Amino acid sequence: MDLAKLLEYLKERTDILVKLSYLVLGLLFAYDALLLDKTPAHTWIEHFPGFWSIFGFGACVIIILVSKWYGKLGIMTREDYYDN
Amino acid sequence: MITDIWIHPTAVLLLGVLLMPVFRGQARPVFLLTVPILAFGAVLTMSQGIYAEYQFMNWELVFGRVDRLSLVFAHIFTLFCIIATLYGLHVRENGQLMAAWTYVAGSLGVTFSGDLLTLFVFWELMAFSSVFLVWYRRTDESISAGFRYLLVHGFGGVVLLAGIVIHYNTTGDLSFGQFNVAEPTLAIYLIMIGFILNAAAVPLHAWLPDAYGAGTFMGSVFMCAFTTKTAVYVLARGFAGMEILIILGVIMALYGVVYAVLENDHRRLLAYHVISQVGYMVAGVGIGTQLAINGVVAHAYAHILYKGLLFMGCGTVLYMTGKNKFTELGGLYKKMPWTFVFTLIGGLSISAFPLFSGFVSKSIIVYASFDDHLYWAAFLLTLASAGTFLHTGLKVPYFIWFGKNNCSQETWDKAKDPGWNMMTAMAIASVLCIFIGIYYPWLYNMLPYPIDFQPYTAYHTMEVMQILLFTALGFFLYLKKITPEPTIAIDMDWFYRKGARRFMALAKNPVEATDTFWGEVYRRVGLAALMGSAKKTVDFDTKGIDGVVDGSAYGVMKIGKNINRTQTGNIQEYLGAGVFLALIVAAYVFFYYF
Repeated sequence: MDLAKLLEYLKERTDILVKLSYLVLGLLFAYDALLLDKTPAHTWIEHFPGFWSIFGFGACVIIILVSKWYGKLGIMTREDYYDN
Repeated sequence: MITDIWIHPTAVLLLGVLLMPVFRGQARPVFLLTVPILAFGAVLTMSQGIYAEYQFMNWELVFGRVDRLSLVFAHIFTLFCIIATLYGLHVRENGQLMAAWTYVAGSLGVTFSGDLLTLFVFWELMAFSSVFLVWYRRTDESISAGFRYLLVHGFGGVVLLAGIVIHYNTTGDLSFGQFNVAEPTLAIYLIMIGFILNAAAVPLHAWLPDAYGAGTFMGSVFMCAFTTKTAVYVLARGFAGMEILIILGVIMALYGVVYAVLENDHRRLLAYHVISQVGYMVAGVGIGTQLAINGVVAHAYAHILYKGLLFMGCGTVLYMTGKNKFTELGGLYKKMPWTFVFTLIGGLSISAFPLFSGFVSKSIIVYASFDDHLYWAAFLLTLASAGTFLHTGLKVPYFIWFGKNNCSQETWDKAKDPGWNMMTAMAIASVLCIFIGIYYPWLYNMLPYPIDFQPYTAYHTMEVMQILLFTALGFFLYLKKITPEPTIAIDMDWFYRKGARRFMALAKNPVEATDTFWGEVYRRVGLAALMGSAKKTVDFDTKGIDGVVDGSAYGVMKIGKNINRTQTGNIQEYLGAGVFLALIVAAYVFFYYF
């Protein structure tokens, strides 16, 4: 099997993959909101429709924005900072 | 008394280290694989009990405490030693593998030790052997990183030893077991600090990305498995239920994630995720229930495999292309497709994707924290797991193998999948990651306590899938924001890299002035008078100055002066001074308390 060719094949079809991914995201959200049995939930807030979808997206955005904000405070610096 | 025939895997590996130079040519690879396999065999065949007890002076030393907790750690340590040795099989320098095996031997020695003194000896063996895995890279950066690594671990070792000595002095007990964490004494805190320094707990963590980013391509594969996980083992054995560890663990889990966003070096990024993942384990130790400890052990086991796999994948990129920065890589999927797939499997495992190993282990710890009504910890750990996928599952594969191609022509030409041994090692680790994710009872049956936990419930699987896939959505929407930049991020190591330098600059003038003043005094008073008073000076020095060393201005001045010398001297003296200082502090504590 030529793995590089397979990856190339997939990459050329990025558009379809992106559409498929959105479909999967939509289905996940819908399944959580409509069908999923939420009795094993630990807290009341998890009963909110699509809670973990929102949590996942929110977590990702918060991590990126907070980290970048922190980095720009002066934590990120030039590469030769420690050189004499 | 040796009660039964019991072969210490440490002895197997150390014997292997001694014999390694004898085997050359075609016998060498066979020998290199046989020794760790024998060590693994020794672990598989041993039965529970206490072995290799010796009386040394007044102390009862136990080299072989074999129970379910030590067995499962020894199992993964020796198994991973086989995989990592296979990965570095083509490395021609014997020294590098000798250092690696000695390091693994130290880690196994800690695992089986039943008393604190034996533990300490093997603990130090680990630090002093693993530093060579950094030095063998032979760049200026790695030489300095190695010295910093030694100094930090030297400090940790002294704190640990001080804790052990005070603990022995107050309780008369050297055995290593669960400490009284409900009423921790000073000694218990010192021992804990020694342990959590090796677990890379914030703020004592900066040595980890510093050293693992600077290590050889093979060295970092070994290092990422043993130091932190040995620390997790001793914490799980001694500090289950120590509540401060929950807070520390959650901070670690989040801290690693934040720094991983800022990181441009792929192995340093992975190193920050070691801190993050070990954070889950430390938090689990803090929760301390049987379920949580099972989670800690399971996660440590899974972690060694997937983190090793990730370090192998990124180590391969470094080895083949010579590049460690995202801003000098990209688009390599055509050239290194298999390395990509293996690294992706590691990334999916660490992110706890269903059907991969992290899913069946991390879930236990998060569930245990929900179970213990620690909702804040549970939600923050879940938040950190989104960050794990964001970096290790998305950022690393995307910016090395896809994304904008930043490769120079030279990098591009050099890039290809590595030789058979590195490929096989990564393949074995990948298969194990998936195997554990699917057939999880195999792992659960090795855990120290009985476990009745089902990771694949509809609710939990849906929860994780939503978190991870919506994290992926965020990643692609914020792709511009997260694109690596050619910078470094300042961490706690600033204090001993830059801060120390500033302190020296400040201290230099007064210290030099005093130095000159005393030089002048000696010259004027004359040699004869000096000779006459020499004995008195020595007495004064030992009894007067050293006796009140912590309060005396003379003591501080002398130390300042000596530090000034070490700073200007060459680097071997620097190391010598570090070891010497550690010995003096150790001796001081020893004689003070005995």
